[in-house]
Amino acid sequence: MTTERPLPAQLAEIIDDFQELEEPDRLQLLLEFSRGLPPLPDRYTEHPGLMEQVVECQTPLFLALEVTPESGDIHLFFAAPKEAPTTRGFAAVLHEGLDGLDAATILAIPDDVPDRLGLSRAITPLRMRGMTAMLGRIKRKIREAVPAP
Amino acid sequence: MPKAVDTSTKFSEYAHPERIVSTQWLEEHLGSDGLVVVESDEDILLYEIGHIPGSVKVDWHTDLNDPVNRDYIDGEEFSALMSLKGISRDTTVVIYGDKSNWWAAYALWVFSLFGHEDVRLLDGGRDKWIAEERPFTTERSMPKRTEYPVCDRRDEAIRAFLPDVINHFGKPLIDVRSPQEYSGERTTMPAYPEEGALRGGHIPTAASVPWGRAAAEDGTFRDRAELDAIYRDEAGLSDNDDVVAYCRIGERSSHTWFVLTHLLGFENVRNYDGSWTEWGNAVRVPIIRGEERGEEPKGYNSK
Repeated sequence: MTTERPLPAQLAEIIDDFQELEEPDRLQLLLEFSRGLPPLPDRYTEHPGLMEQVVECQTPLFLALEVTPESGDIHLFFAAPKEAPTTRGFAAVLHEGLDGLDAATILAIPDDVPDRLGLSRAITPLRMRGMTAMLGRIKRKIREAVPAP
Repeated sequence: MPKAVDTSTKFSEYAHPERIVSTQWLEEHLGSDGLVVVESDEDILLYEIGHIPGSVKVDWHTDLNDPVNRDYIDGEEFSALMSLKGISRDTTVVIYGDKSNWWAAYALWVFSLFGHEDVRLLDGGRDKWIAEERPFTTERSMPKRTEYPVCDRRDEAIRAFLPDVINHFGKPLIDVRSPQEYSGERTTMPAYPEEGALRGGHIPTAASVPWGRAAAEDGTFRDRAELDAIYRDEAGLSDNDDVVAYCRIGERSSHTWFVLTHLLGFENVRNYDGSWTEWGNAVRVPIIRGEERGEEPKGYNSK
């Protein structure tokens, strides 16, 4: 048996917050996350071509990733329409859970993390897969941007 | 007492104008006794970011589907749901939703399985209501619990199962999915993840009429003449036809079922909700790949 690396604290906290709630309240929390998705900085609103679309998501979701030169910290930027609160909510969870971590930490996060929010019953499988795809895309972009050690 | 029928000229040309209301009609009747407005969307959180005042939410996934069996809820669960939403057996229910009423039509079809008499769609759905800047709120509705009788779900008339479809060869089938799903190039909508079907293609002889063609750019239904041109002239349906419509899991085809049954007046239309996720995985059922409808398969049905 392999021992799993513990989740980064900022992500583990979010999962605990979801797990502590009953199902309808978990949806409410996801809604709050969707409202808290940070707006894009001007360099992306003015140049939307710099972002990449995650086509596996049901609603248009755009993603960009930046690596801070010295520290190697990863910063994430998401855009999704207001009429897609579930997609925005997932993006906001990943933003709060991953933003500012380094490449190795994010790459070590298990792919099934979205399932641990306890939303699989309320959200259709297709949509849950959208969130897994977002995480997969983030990891792929990190591998492209950061050379393997 | 059922509410008055919307007498808009456009609707009077439909076979059953009592099944559809305009945004104007709904605003005029909003809050009146005997009327409950239901929102049903693809996105489970959309209702929470704003809805028609007093409307209640019904989620197709968590409220209408059985969580274990691939089936709908039963009579007792439907009764409990209705009572929770403040709906009585004689309530006029108006359903609206996102994406040209895609899920709203699905909810309406499920209400029809339980024989709820007066259930209508809001023409143009959520987007048109918002575009016209009609009243909108985030306030949670608190419906008064009602008594709703336990009614058996009656599938026969409007729901087809796989064996029914096999026995249906020789009669019209409408495939409402995208052209790419029809040809077998994909097994799910463009821009959606591929999932759930081992084989791509369509049921032999099915005509391809993507569901969205029944809707105009603003999400309202096309008028009678336009719909007749699509389904009669182009797809070849004629009066008294026995029709089965299908898509991937039965939601988009509910929209087409609504159009054929209530707007065009076909009396024998069934929705095959097993749809491609069942057919494309079933062993030894015939499939056609490519753009041609294909020949009627021999030796499958009991004819």
